[in-house]
Amino acid sequence: MTGAGDHSAFPRAARASLADTQLRHNLGHATRTIRVKRAATVAELPDWEELREAGRALKERVLRHLDEHLLALEESVTRAGGTVHWARDGAECSRIVADLVVAHGADEVVKSKSLTTDETGLNDALADRGIRAWETDLAELIIQLADDTPSHILVPAIHKNREQIRELFVRFLDDAPGEPLTDDPRRLAEVARRHLRRLFLSARVGISGVNFAVAQTGTVSVVESEGNGRMCTTLPEVLISVMGIEKVIPSWQDLEVYLQLLPRSSTAERMNPYTSLWTGVTAGDGPRAFHLVLVDNGRTNVLADEIGRQALNCIRCSACLNVCPVYERTGGHAYGSTYPGPIGAILTPLLSDMTAAGSLPYASSLCGACYEVCPVKINIPEVLVHLRHREVRQSSAKGAPIAERLSPEHVTMRAMARVFADRRLYEAAQRAGRLGQWPFVRQGAIRRLPGPLSGWTSMRDLAPMPRQSFRDWWRERP
Amino acid sequence: MRPNRVSLFITCFNDTMFPATGQAVVALLERLGVGVDFPLEQTCCGQMHFNTGYAEETIPLVRRFVRVFADSELVVSPSASCVGMVRDYYPRVAELAGDAGLAREVEVLVPRVLELSELLCDHLEVEDVGAFFPHRITYHPTCHSLRMLKVGDRPLRLLRAVRGIEVVALPEAEGCCGFGGTFAIKNADTSIAMLTDKVRAILDTGSEVCVSADNSCLMHIGGALSRQRAGVRTMHLAEILAAADPAR
Amino acid sequence: MTAARDEILARIRVALSDVPDAERADDVAVTRGYRHAGELDGGDRVRRFAERVRDYHADVRRVTAAALPGAVDAACAQLGLRTVAVPPDLPAHWRPSAIEVIPDEGLTAHQLDAIDGAVTGCATAIAETGTLVLDGERHSGRRLLTLVPDHHLCIVTEDQIVELVPEAIAALAPAVTERHVPVTLVSGPSASSDIELSRVEGVHGPRHLLVLIVAA
Repeated sequence: MTGAGDHSAFPRAARASLADTQLRHNLGHATRTIRVKRAATVAELPDWEELREAGRALKERVLRHLDEHLLALEESVTRAGGTVHWARDGAECSRIVADLVVAHGADEVVKSKSLTTDETGLNDALADRGIRAWETDLAELIIQLADDTPSHILVPAIHKNREQIRELFVRFLDDAPGEPLTDDPRRLAEVARRHLRRLFLSARVGISGVNFAVAQTGTVSVVESEGNGRMCTTLPEVLISVMGIEKVIPSWQDLEVYLQLLPRSSTAERMNPYTSLWTGVTAGDGPRAFHLVLVDNGRTNVLADEIGRQALNCIRCSACLNVCPVYERTGGHAYGSTYPGPIGAILTPLLSDMTAAGSLPYASSLCGACYEVCPVKINIPEVLVHLRHREVRQSSAKGAPIAERLSPEHVTMRAMARVFADRRLYEAAQRAGRLGQWPFVRQGAIRRLPGPLSGWTSMRDLAPMPRQSFRDWWRERP
Repeated sequence: MRPNRVSLFITCFNDTMFPATGQAVVALLERLGVGVDFPLEQTCCGQMHFNTGYAEETIPLVRRFVRVFADSELVVSPSASCVGMVRDYYPRVAELAGDAGLAREVEVLVPRVLELSELLCDHLEVEDVGAFFPHRITYHPTCHSLRMLKVGDRPLRLLRAVRGIEVVALPEAEGCCGFGGTFAIKNADTSIAMLTDKVRAILDTGSEVCVSADNSCLMHIGGALSRQRAGVRTMHLAEILAAADPAR
Repeated sequence: MTAARDEILARIRVALSDVPDAERADDVAVTRGYRHAGELDGGDRVRRFAERVRDYHADVRRVTAAALPGAVDAACAQLGLRTVAVPPDLPAHWRPSAIEVIPDEGLTAHQLDAIDGAVTGCATAIAETGTLVLDGERHSGRRLLTLVPDHHLCIVTEDQIVELVPEAIAALAPAVTERHVPVTLVSGPSASSDIELSRVEGVHGPRHLLVLIVAA
């Protein structure tokens, strides 16, 4: 079901999500709340557009010279006492991390939130090596306990309600208090705090993601709210940070741009509670060993696509999710990817081979709200349309199965293109349409259409074509 | 400079499905003293093909558009999304075609292609176009007029200047109605979920008419209003602005 | 491992075949048209800082230099602290006088977990975002000192407050580039909105942040 011509994956998954009333309710509330708050926090800065432009341009600079920036990063991290590893794909990344954990004699690690390791499946790979990875971000912990997957980049457990979270904590967190645990978020957070504090104090290895890595200085940063990121990057003896190769930025000064763009776009705060910025290892303060793993895992495929390349600008703020009318209603699971929403609809097919994610570029009405809020100006509609072109090209190519090459859509669209290219054919088609529609017209409206068009008439009438086109009227004007 | 004459780009969709909108544009512009010509060779801007993934098929349509309107001083269209296609994506199509000559022609033509409210507010510098429409209406700003063309409040300024009209603000106005061209077919369920919320917002305004600058979105919204027998109709901005007081 | 490195670099170079060989990174224009220097005068800057820190539900108090010792004692008493840890270089008159003060000469996380609070200074502070910047120097202490205990009492002098983020980043540059200091930006207490979007303060870091702003 994942052939190039199969566009049913997203619509099928969306149908299920659309029927999940709790998801619809929670997500509607969350996206509306964050959307309104983001607009207010962004409006507070008189130079927001200038910051966006600088954020975009810096990413362009880095991506056009990515090799050079990664080598500079490797050198500066090494100089500061860290060790840099390179991983071509997810499996190699997992192997490197697992080897490091084993080499330090640990069978348990604390992890702060990292989309990159979700993408590469690190936790499962560690489990296969007998290593227990504890997620420490509250939402990621909930997701992990529920054996679920995140539905939002910023608030991954937004599809769960407090009662479900209470049940999970009662079942899995053995230090739940003697008195019955209520579903008060404060009480729930307290249980998580006590449970995780024990792990933080005992863990010898911490694993983190990376928001930005500075090529010039070797400084690596984690931007967060809860403090679990600080715990993971400060308390264990060994810190392993995993980053996609696109997370490098040129200079220390560039942080002044992204540290303004990210929190306001993400949690709609002026600044997130905690940002950690460390440079290698510091004697007597923090981990004694620092490993930085640079992961490709498809990013060079994205880089090779001149139009799609801008998707690597992404700083994972999730602003595009919160404004997307499709995401707001379907939620993240329908996208079947670590990266949901508008950014996921372009990043997923660009990262992987096209066929596995063929329906995603069509999971958008091209309303453009995502581009408008993107803090690094990723023109998501432009990339979506570009990916649709790629999809049509691939399914029309000589090697494609005949059923795809001659799909009803291809045949219809190409026939229409020929009609539009010739005025006489176009006018003839107008006349034919006027005649051909009458079998479907009932009491002045078309209420049911056959085949793929039935999706339209399932909920909407269609006004029939009037007897006279505009051009016929124009011709008859005195 | 106030133009004396403009070329009407009706769009294939309006030509075929909504001729009354084109007739309204002609009546309105002539009332404002602007001559209208209509090059009969025009067909389709190629938006549907381009946005659905048929880039190759769009190239001849772009060539055709550029040829048909080459001599026009200004081109006006009652469709924000088709103007958006021309403005934002014609340069890209020319690039895909690898045709530097076409790219140059596109570059020269694009600034002369206007959406109706842009022509009225920016070039004719009118807001009160002398219309009379004694009804309660709400205005849905379509995604492409908002975010591709950035027409801002031009349509609302024009509407508020209409005599007798009552304009009611639409809640969550900037949200997409769920049309999105072939999106409404390919992702019909999600599209309907979006449409349901849009229709609810429209009904909440207690309006008699939902007005917009794009008949494609209006066909989508109007299709649901009709199916639900909601007692609310849809009208293109041009048709409101062309409406005159029968008593005068 | 070098195989992976070589291969990734090679893939990047192939992917970037459209970039002219002669182009250097700095040839890609970056317009920094945003604000680099604030416009508020001293008093407004301090007021804004105080207001924005308060927006994060932190406790903010403005005191004169002479009143500082009393304010530190009062704050500790009010929060019910019995023990606090401090950076070894914290000035004597910044330390509480009525409760046990433990200088952080390499305390372990376990030891800090049993201590009620931490009293520190900071490297600089940002008015626009209500942010405290800690860099391990200038009395701001080691990272775990301000992380593990439940209360963080931070003393900021008015002359440390800058208006904008770029001003703070510029001020930190020498310490980061020359001495590789670890930097932590703190904007209010630890917080989470992960459960049905209701804000809960104090998930992992200090649950309470109290900021004392000392007049110049």
